[in-house]
Amino acid sequence: MSVRAKTALYGLLCLMAVPFVFPTWWMVTSSVKPVSEILSWPPSPVPTTFSLDGYREVFEIQPFAQQYFNSAYIALVVTVGTMAVSALAGYAFARIRFPGANPLFLFVLTGLLIPSEVTIVPLFQMFNTWGMIDTHWPLILVPILGAPSVLATFIMRQFFLALPDELEEAGRLDGLGRFAIFWRIALPLARPALGAVAIFTFLHSWNLYLEPIVFLTTPANFTLPQALTQFVDAYGGPMWDVQLSAASMTAIPVLIVFVIAQRQFIEGLAHTGLKG
Amino acid sequence: MSSAEVPKSAFWTTRRRDRLAGYLFVAPQVAGIVVFVLVPLVLIFYYSLYDWNVLAGTFTFTGMSNYRDLVADPRLPSVLRTTAFFCGGLVLLNMALALFLAVLLNQRLHGTAVFRTIFFSPVVVSLVAWTIVWQFLLQDDGGINGALSAVGADGPNWLRGDVTALVSVIVLQVIKNVGLNMVLFLAALQGVPAQLYEAARLDGASAWTRFRRITVPMISPTILLASIITVVGSLQIFAQIAVLTQGGPGTSTTVLVYYLYQQAFQFHDFGYGATLSVLLFLIVLVLTVIQWQTRRRWVEYER
Repeated sequence: MSVRAKTALYGLLCLMAVPFVFPTWWMVTSSVKPVSEILSWPPSPVPTTFSLDGYREVFEIQPFAQQYFNSAYIALVVTVGTMAVSALAGYAFARIRFPGANPLFLFVLTGLLIPSEVTIVPLFQMFNTWGMIDTHWPLILVPILGAPSVLATFIMRQFFLALPDELEEAGRLDGLGRFAIFWRIALPLARPALGAVAIFTFLHSWNLYLEPIVFLTTPANFTLPQALTQFVDAYGGPMWDVQLSAASMTAIPVLIVFVIAQRQFIEGLAHTGLKG
Repeated sequence: MSSAEVPKSAFWTTRRRDRLAGYLFVAPQVAGIVVFVLVPLVLIFYYSLYDWNVLAGTFTFTGMSNYRDLVADPRLPSVLRTTAFFCGGLVLLNMALALFLAVLLNQRLHGTAVFRTIFFSPVVVSLVAWTIVWQFLLQDDGGINGALSAVGADGPNWLRGDVTALVSVIVLQVIKNVGLNMVLFLAALQGVPAQLYEAARLDGASAWTRFRRITVPMISPTILLASIITVVGSLQIFAQIAVLTQGGPGTSTTVLVYYLYQQAFQFHDFGYGATLSVLLFLIVLVLTVIQWQTRRRWVEYER
């Protein structure tokens, strides 16, 4: 590539990067600015006056620590639960021959086509009958067992399909049962796929918005996305410094999960049969 | 099968135990789909035949009445138009940009890893947080118009105009999520043999021809999968609308899922909400069938 083409390419990439980077940068830097500076134009790239008022008020206006904890533990339970359910099902669909496996797999795949938005009205009624409205059960049970986990099962199946037979044969000769083969041989090899599933699932649970506003009514039970929209003043106008501080804080766990599982995520995608 | 393997009892042969393991392994997922997908799916058809106001406590069989209301609903054409425009715009823009970025970043070039991270990074920002930031930027006296006035242009009040509000939601959603498809496409591009490009270059094929005749066909299965996921995902958009525009101005950003939410959970009309759910289900079904049917035409090969 010629030097001129390279320069043009870098220029283009930098220009395109602006709308991707600026909002996040602006969110984080503004969260430590006083309100007056957030609203001033032109925006200062770094805060001239440093203020943590926004961060303090976040916790005074709402039970924000509780809401933070709600989101974190729900996302964690959903992620671990989905990994278990999808690894078991994906493994069986890929490697165990049992009558009805194909029809059952097609049946499970329909979950991909029917987003939970379609079924939100009856789901509300079902959880209402079970006395689970304003609890976290709907936000835990539906993602782990229902439609959202189907993509995870599909990814796990694609991964297990590619495992060489010899590995399992060796285990069988050693007298291992099915579960032992799954747990001690197949699952440890599936770490990249599990990493991809973990990130997908964590992000999905962390960002869930329709379900919490439908199922939860008490502020102490709220999850973060729902809580973020509640930082408004007496006139219904948004309190920008508080909102941006709260918003910045919601990015932290996702960032941590992403940094931990990033390599596995990319590898996982490359190995899941999504590759052309 | 090795002769060393002796079944523990006459009935529980290795084969039978293995089958049982198969059923037990898939049981949680299958049961979950029955309870949380199949049963509710049947229920939306059932509920749609009733006049059901949860607040008033009415639950009366009215047959096709909700469907007659649906056909006569003066807001529905606008809602469907908005949904179609939204999905079409979002999917086209997302796929085109993701492919463009993936091809750019697949070049042997220093710093591509940095740019990959940059274009992927909005995926990591929580959705409502991202929407709140854009809400600030898109205000009449917000950052976007500030930047425009700095170069002498006068920006509209983005979230208050019919078309600009819809376009804004599409653009901020594309920027938020294009990184996912970009990563998928990048993974696919790594699998395209470099010799194909070398041969084409020797034959004098232009960059565009190489892209059209090699890149696109070679990664078409990934494009199909990404497009199905993106289409279904775009129909599910809710938080962005609820936070940014509440469906407004008028009904110009009221997509089907948001309308369904309004009818069922704000106006407590579960019967009509269920009827709209039936409509949403049929739309998802038709779109997926069309995509699946057309796959032979443009997907080069399949596993």
